[in-house]
This record gives sequence, C-alpha cells and structure tokens, in this order.
Amino acid sequence: MNSRLINWFKFSSPATFYPLAGRLVPWFGGAAAVLIAVGLYMSFFVAPTDYKQGEGYRIIFVHVPSAWMSMFIYVVMAVWSGLGLVFNTRLSAMMANALAPTGAMFTFVALWTGAFWGKPMWGAWWVWDARLTSELILLFLYIGFMALQGAIDDPRRADRAGAILALVGVVNIPIIYYSVTWWNTLHQGASVSVTKGSSMGVIMLVTMLIMAFGFWAYSIAVALSRVRSVILERERDTTWVAELAEVRR
Amino acid sequence: MFEAFLTIVRRDLILAIRRRSDIFSTLFFFVIVVSLFPLGIGPELNTLRLIAPGVVWVAALLASMLALERLFSADHDDGTLEQMLLAPQPLFILVLGKVTAHWLVTGVPLVLIAPLLGIQYDLSTQALQMLLVTLLLGTPALSLIGAIGAALTIGVRGGGVLVSLLVLPLYIPVLIFGAGAVEADVSGLGAQGHLSLLGAILILALLLAPLATSAALRVSAE
Repeated sequence: MNSRLINWFKFSSPATFYPLAGRLVPWFGGAAAVLIAVGLYMSFFVAPTDYKQGEGYRIIFVHVPSAWMSMFIYVVMAVWSGLGLVFNTRLSAMMANALAPTGAMFTFVALWTGAFWGKPMWGAWWVWDARLTSELILLFLYIGFMALQGAIDDPRRADRAGAILALVGVVNIPIIYYSVTWWNTLHQGASVSVTKGSSMGVIMLVTMLIMAFGFWAYSIAVALSRVRSVILERERDTTWVAELAEVRR
Repeated sequence: MFEAFLTIVRRDLILAIRRRSDIFSTLFFFVIVVSLFPLGIGPELNTLRLIAPGVVWVAALLASMLALERLFSADHDDGTLEQMLLAPQPLFILVLGKVTAHWLVTGVPLVLIAPLLGIQYDLSTQALQMLLVTLLLGTPALSLIGAIGAALTIGVRGGGVLVSLLVLPLYIPVLIFGAGAVEADVSGLGAQGHLSLLGAILILALLLAPLATSAALRVSAE
C-alpha cells in the first residue's frame, strides 16, 4: 500500500487523534481570539459608514460570516457523516457529533443578528422570505440531528442514524445558498461571490473576511476540544485513556 | 422483483383492512384539524377562502406524520422486518412496497376527502381541482420522505415526538409548493411552476428516499 495513504488514516484512530487535537486547540483558539478582536475593531472603527444603510449595516460583519459558517459546518458535518458510513471510522461520527452544537449556535446567531438588522432596515423583526425560512429549517435540522443522537442510547447506532439524517438534510444547503437568486425576495442578494467578486468596498470586504476566518478558527477550536470530550467519554474503558496524564491525576 | 413489490403492497393492505380503525383515525384527525381553524379564526368566508390551501396542507402534513409511526413499528415488533432485511429481493423494492401501501391507506383517503373540506372553506371549483392535484402529487412525497424518519426512530424512546422533529423540516418544501400552487392558481398567476417543482420533489423522493430508508432500516436492525 502507498505510504501516504497509511499516513492519512493514522489520525483516524481516536487514540492518536486525541493528543493531536489537544495540540491544535490552543493554536486555533489563539488565532480565533486575535482575528475576532481585529475584525471587531475594524468593523466598529475602521470600516466607513454605509451611505444608504447608515451605522446599522455594521451588524453584517457578524451576520454574514455566521451565516456562512452555519451552512459550511453543516456541509462539513455531512462529509464527516458520509466518511463515517463509508469507511466505518468511529472518529468521523464523533467529529460530526462535535460540530453540530457549534453549527446550531451559528445558525441561531445568523437568525438573531438578521432580526436586529431587519428591524431598522425592513421595519420587521422577521419576514417569511425564502432565505430566512430556509435558514430556520437549517436550525431545525441541527436540532433534529442532536435530538436523534441524544435519543438513541447505543452510540454506534446513534452515529449511523445521525449520519443518514445529516446526509438527507444536506439538500437544504443549496436551497439556502441560492434562495436569493431563485426567488425574488426581500433578503438582498449575495454581497460577495466567487465569480463576480464583491459589490462592497475593499475595507468592508477585508473586515468581513477577517471575521469569517476568526469564526472559522473558533469553530475548529471548539469542535476539536468538544471531540476530545466525546473521545474521553466513549473510550473511557480503554487502557490508553486510563494511562493519560490528565485522567490519572 | 415486481412480484415482491406487489406481495408487500397486498399484504400491508390486507393488514390495514383488518384494522380499519387505523385508517379512520388518521382520516378523522385530518378532518378535525381542518375544522378547528374556522372555530379559532372566525367564520369570515373571505378569510377562510384565503387560508384554506394552507390549512388543508398543514393538516395533511400532520396527519401523514402521525401515521408514520405505524409504518415499521408493527413489523419491527414481530420480527417481520428482520426477515425483510434478509430477503433475497432488494430492500429498495420492499421499502417502496411498504411506502406505497402506506400511502394508499393514509394518503389517498386524505386526497379524497379534501374537496369536501374545501367546500366548507368556500373554495371555487378551480381551486378545488388544483388542491386535489397538488395533494395527489404531494402526499406520496410526504410518505416517502416520512419513511426515512420512521425508519430512523424504530424502537427509540420518545420516537413519536422525535419523528416529527426529524421529518417536519424535510416536509416544508412540499408544503410551500403544494399550498403555493393553489394560491398561485386562484390569484391567476398560473400554478405551472409550483406543480413542476412538486413533481420534481416527488421524482427525487421516489429515487432517493427508499435508499435512505433502507440504510436507516439496516442501522436500526443492527
């Protein structure tokens, strides 16, 4: 077998992944703290006031990155679930498990900040527009995933059932992403796109990207530290856990 | 293979006919939910005409969800499900048979009674026809999608509540296009787009949902 392939699968074992995750968490946590601090400073003091939307537009520096993360984390979760079903690796399901609460949190933040933005701009906290509704469905999908995992006692069955649910729910992601193009709704179209570039000022775009990378680092740090807890909980009867310094103490 | 499909459908229909109360409880749940809205909102006919498609569709959603619990639980309890998993015929076909029978028992009665309820809401003939067509296209999709949730929650504690949490978010597109088609038709916009999307959902569900259901059944039976 090709040596690179063996390397690739080395960290799919919880015993080898646990210390690796432990080493990575402080790096990503630190990066998240720095990036979010810089991003918040820039969004409050550096980015110029929008000529049309006034100061209220500044909420998009939290809203857009968290909405991106809410969709992206679901896709990552579905990919881990698919890998878990195909290769039958325990760690994949644990990763999906660890990502779900963070994804649900970002979905909630996106909806919440959207409501704060909507009140001054549209005059309503909530409108039943395609993108808002599909983002709400995403929140329900995360909650359903967590509820299903919580309701099944056998962890192996819980993992596989959750994986199937995550893969079924992934149809919603393109619907959310393209909802503003497919339906002519109140929610404005995407401000940043891969093909057309950005319709915003450079400073605004940079600020938003810094925030997005900050949220990204935060998600990785939180998911990794959560997966460490999941590993400890599931593998508590094994010898390698019993021999860990932090467990023996 | 087609024989296996027919056998499953026939078997489930016979079982359903021998326990008629199951069919009627779903049907009357649907009728009662639809009748509750005029009592809560008030008998203003203009309002009722406006909300009728949505109300009928939401009630159909809830009724078909309530019936899901019975889709696999009896077979799971007496071991038939394990025999189906071991059978030489592809599980896809067997699942499709079970879902078809389930739709014939719970979906078709809803479709047939819906025009009567529509008359209570003073819908026009044109709107009634459209409601019938959308329900005919939509309820099989509901049964197919719901089967995934039913298979995932076999033998899980609190399965009834859990299945609603899993399945209702996935039902939302069917609800939107089903009720939307009737509204678009009444307002003169034409329901072509909504109907096409509803048909597309049905075709996709027909191809993919039995696969997901089979996978979920195998997980549950481990």
